[in-house]
Amino acid sequence: MEGDIAQMGQFIGAGLASVGMGGAAVGVGNVVGNFLSGALRNPSAAAGQTATMFIGIAFAEALGIFSFLVALLLMFAV
Amino acid sequence: MATDSKEGGQELVFHPMDQFIVKPLFGDGPVGLFTVTNVTFWMVLTVLAIVALLVLGTSSRATIPGRAQSIAELAYGFIRKMVADVAGKDALPYFPYIMTLFMFIVFSNFLGLLPGAFTTTSHIAVTAVLAMLVFVAVTVIGFVKHGTGFLGLFWVGAAPLPLRPILAVIEVISYFVRPVSHSIRLAGNMMAGHAVIKVFAAFAPLVLISTGIGLVVTPLSILAITAIYALEILVAFIQAYVFTILTCVYLKDALHPAH
Repeated sequence: MEGDIAQMGQFIGAGLASVGMGGAAVGVGNVVGNFLSGALRNPSAAAGQTATMFIGIAFAEALGIFSFLVALLLMFAV
Repeated sequence: MATDSKEGGQELVFHPMDQFIVKPLFGDGPVGLFTVTNVTFWMVLTVLAIVALLVLGTSSRATIPGRAQSIAELAYGFIRKMVADVAGKDALPYFPYIMTLFMFIVFSNFLGLLPGAFTTTSHIAVTAVLAMLVFVAVTVIGFVKHGTGFLGLFWVGAAPLPLRPILAVIEVISYFVRPVSHSIRLAGNMMAGHAVIKVFAAFAPLVLISTGIGLVVTPLSILAITAIYALEILVAFIQAYVFTILTCVYLKDALHPAH
């Protein structure tokens, strides 16, 4: 065994922060799923909205990125 | 950076994050500000590949385009349409920069997928510069075009009056985290995908070490590498697309700040 309590706290904290990325997964799945259900109802309008879908994905993903950032900060910056 | 555990023969042959180490290209001295590193090498290669496609590929200017010219024209038309659709027709003066961004990111993502290559966009240092340039440029454009009217971006006119100061605070925060999420999205996606490939690549030679479990693990991990590689080809394009389309969204906010 090596390291100390503070290092253990860093690793546990980084692991806990990673759980937040699951939220981003739910969000992205929600965006794409709703896009797909709309697109299958009206396929002719779908092609024009793919850019909007990607913007929505990017914004949903941004919040998962912050939890990744917290994990990175705990691992390398604290 | 191989694991230095004393357990004997079963540790990973290489560390999955080894591929992201910045090394000098010649010799192994310290990495200074002007050292030619493997990052420099792959960036130069990226730029040369873009020049080969866009300049040499279209130099014949054939009426019936060849293969290289069709790809160059497709890329040009794709980005131009994206800028016109998302950011509006008045954003077309900024199209050359957005085209440059897209070509640089998509080429460094794809070149990074070559076995043994270095992915320059997997480093936050690289993507942070790209994202900060977009952020600063967009802010300057907003203030030059609209003066203090650009601050209307933070004052949501459509919301009820008591809610507006609270929304203003949220809008200001979300404006300033843009470069953070913009850069880490690209770097994180590229880094995570390549690290996963390397993790499975470390499991693949297990059959050489221990005959028992390796006969099951090795074919499975080779299958997994193939599947994840295919996914990474998709991700390489989509992340370049997302980076570019977000640049267009930010540019639209600067050109039309009113909500």
